[in-house]
Amino acid sequence: MSAIVEAEGLTRQFTVRDGARRRRVLAVDDLTTRISAGEAVGYIGANGAGKSTTIKMLTGILVPTSGTVTTCGLRPVKDRRRLAREVGVVFGQRSQLWWDLPVRESFRILAAIHTLSAAAERARTEELVERLELAGFLAVPVRQLSLGQRMRAEVAAALLHSPRLVILDEPTIGLDVLSKQRLREFLVAERRAHGTTLLLTTHDMGDVERLCDRVLLIDHGRLVYDGDLAGLSRTAGAERVLTVDLTAPSADLTGIPAARHLSSEANGLRQRLAFDAESTTAARVFAAVAERAEVVDFTVEEPDIEDVVRRIYAARR
Amino acid sequence: MADGIALRARLRPYAVVLASRARSQTSYRANFALDLVSSLLSGLVELAEVWVLFHAVTRLGGLDFGQILLVFGMADLAFSLANMLFGHCDRLPTYLRAGTLDIFYLRPQPLLLQLVTSDISLRRLSRAAVGLVALVAGLAAGDITWNVGTVALLVISLVSGIATFAAMFVWAGGLQFFLVEGEEMTNAFVYGGRYAATQPASVWSRPLKVVFGYFFPMAFTGFLPAVVLLDLPAPAWLPAWLGWCGPLAALWAWAMALLCWRWGVRHYRGGGG
Amino acid sequence: MRTTVRVYWRLLRAGFQRQSAYRLAALGGLVANTTFGLLKVAVLFATVRAAGGSLAGYDVGRMGTYVWISQAMLGSVNLHGRTDIAERIKDGRVAVDFLRPLDVQAAEITTEVGRSLFALIPRGLPMIAIGAVVGMAAPESAAAYPLGVLSVLLGIVISSATAYLVGVAGFWLVETRGLQVCYMVVSGFLAGLFVPIQLFPRWLLLVAHASPFPSMMMYPIEILSGRVGLAGALALLGAQLAWLAGVGGLGQALTRAGRRHLEVQGG
Repeated sequence: MSAIVEAEGLTRQFTVRDGARRRRVLAVDDLTTRISAGEAVGYIGANGAGKSTTIKMLTGILVPTSGTVTTCGLRPVKDRRRLAREVGVVFGQRSQLWWDLPVRESFRILAAIHTLSAAAERARTEELVERLELAGFLAVPVRQLSLGQRMRAEVAAALLHSPRLVILDEPTIGLDVLSKQRLREFLVAERRAHGTTLLLTTHDMGDVERLCDRVLLIDHGRLVYDGDLAGLSRTAGAERVLTVDLTAPSADLTGIPAARHLSSEANGLRQRLAFDAESTTAARVFAAVAERAEVVDFTVEEPDIEDVVRRIYAARR
Repeated sequence: MADGIALRARLRPYAVVLASRARSQTSYRANFALDLVSSLLSGLVELAEVWVLFHAVTRLGGLDFGQILLVFGMADLAFSLANMLFGHCDRLPTYLRAGTLDIFYLRPQPLLLQLVTSDISLRRLSRAAVGLVALVAGLAAGDITWNVGTVALLVISLVSGIATFAAMFVWAGGLQFFLVEGEEMTNAFVYGGRYAATQPASVWSRPLKVVFGYFFPMAFTGFLPAVVLLDLPAPAWLPAWLGWCGPLAALWAWAMALLCWRWGVRHYRGGGG
Repeated sequence: MRTTVRVYWRLLRAGFQRQSAYRLAALGGLVANTTFGLLKVAVLFATVRAAGGSLAGYDVGRMGTYVWISQAMLGSVNLHGRTDIAERIKDGRVAVDFLRPLDVQAAEITTEVGRSLFALIPRGLPMIAIGAVVGMAAPESAAAYPLGVLSVLLGIVISSATAYLVGVAGFWLVETRGLQVCYMVVSGFLAGLFVPIQLFPRWLLLVAHASPFPSMMMYPIEILSGRVGLAGALALLGAQLAWLAGVGGLGQALTRAGRRHLEVQGG
């Protein structure tokens, strides 16, 4: 598979003024990674970890201090204008639509900016309007849209020129549950239909869980994890939780191998047990519980990703 | 022919944005009318400032009121048109703070061209009308021998004047990358330049002649061509033949503007923004 | 009474501190004011000389005083009509202001005056220093100085109180920008920012005197340049006080009416 992003020792240093003194800060520190065509990658980390700086270097807005990067086979700074035709970026915080114009008019201008042919413009606009359900507010000026509507319009605007790589910077920030879900469903469908590569920075782990098959975790500019989500939890040693509802009140289920009793409710009618996915399985823990009490119902909770990230950060301090 | 079509295709993105901006400004009739009136008022008051002086004394710097009308008309018409087309370049700090500039980076056109064509202030047309009326009045009042040479000089000077003021806005924009809180600094020379350009340059002290005669070539937009057109005595340090050098002045202003712009963009991409 | 004074003192200081955060902006303002000042010197001195050395009571020295004091006051006198209150009325935050145990008009003007007084330090004093080097006439009587300083203060307060009127028009107008732009265009001209109003033709001079604008900038300059004597200075101060009472009273009335309007409309 061809590489969409190839970064080699990518580094960006800033000089910040701290009163009278000048301090050097490594916003991105020796980042080496490769993203293949068609992948969906979640790029996560705390605020100020270096996510935005990386994106600015991938798109040619910022010049790297050292190291190299190619995006869609182009050098971002030198070939910025050609790259602009291959990349679409959605910034959750800043709009690329015209505030005082109807949504439709913004699309028309963007189509002209990306020099789409009339036929391509019509076909693509129709496709996006349908899939993002924009038809109801195409004639409404952008400033009158709800946040959810505006974000959908923003996504359509960034995807109008059918970019090979779509970068989404905090796309679901501030959205309600339904809007988030719609947006995620659209992105999944878009990727399936066009093989679009997705790079997503987010604080919302739901985005990562639903959309991404690979996670890059960055801390203080350094890449600290590169792999799938399940692996991320394993790395952090995060525990899964088995909750069982029993037929009769029972004593606390302590002493089950490789599992830890967390809590009991209603005289032990409901009990929660934590276990490490590395050393045992849900089935084995369940079997051990079933030997000691009769189980009516059970659920297994996956580890909370935010908790996982916190653990990884804490372990590095 | 094929070249023509290719050129039109290349210009289309800019044309579409500008047409859309123009439509949105004029769509609220009442607002637009109010904008036109306030813009007209500001043009009239600026003319009144000059008129009041010539009301108090009949001649100033070797010019009478009819002659200063020609200077004012040329300079103010050029400034108003440049302001209409390029005036928003000095709003760059707002774009920088809001992050809008990054959006320009993600579009396949040159940055400066995108910025320039991102807006157009049609309301300044009413202000330009004040300049135009002053210019016509000045031409009518002046003792001008009309021939190909004088017409050419008038046209060349107007076009170069617009270019020179446009360059001032771009220059100011380029410096904003460094002076995010220092808009007033560049305003001193952009709007101070306009004020200077509508004065008789013959009254300037030597430092002013250096700053607004040459470094920011404001005298070339009105006063110097008027000296040639009206056959006025040239002041020290500003010889009459310079009246023909408007295009050189515009070239110099643009060289400086583009240098500052490049410098600013490099600073921004280098992480200074 | 004591606590009231303390509250307004705090507001004054807050306006002061907010301004000191913008050092580069202050430097930019300094460059701008000096550039415009030198251009005004060039054209106005030439005008005085063209008139034979004296024009409407201005010789070159007094014209120098006019130029540099007007430039010094430029950063402190509100000749643009933009105010915080206009923003707060527009987005509705003013409803919160009305809940505070402070007079909305007095609080707004005090904050603005604090900001303006601070601006005198980085923007005003350097202009006076430049004027002293380039050439300024001093008034004949030493009493002109305290009267002049008082007049400058009054001018600043009058300008805040008048700009406040533009802001509170927002209780009834959807958009005050047009009004603000007109204020900006007219106020500078009639305040005597570019040309002393005594150079105006008679009818225009009457128009100017019928507006509060000369009392913001022109009157203090007439006192400090010695163009008017002591009696004239006292008369100008009287006129300033009258204008202050007028625009202040109008502002108070409009604020109350605006509050009622807001309550009727339900915010």
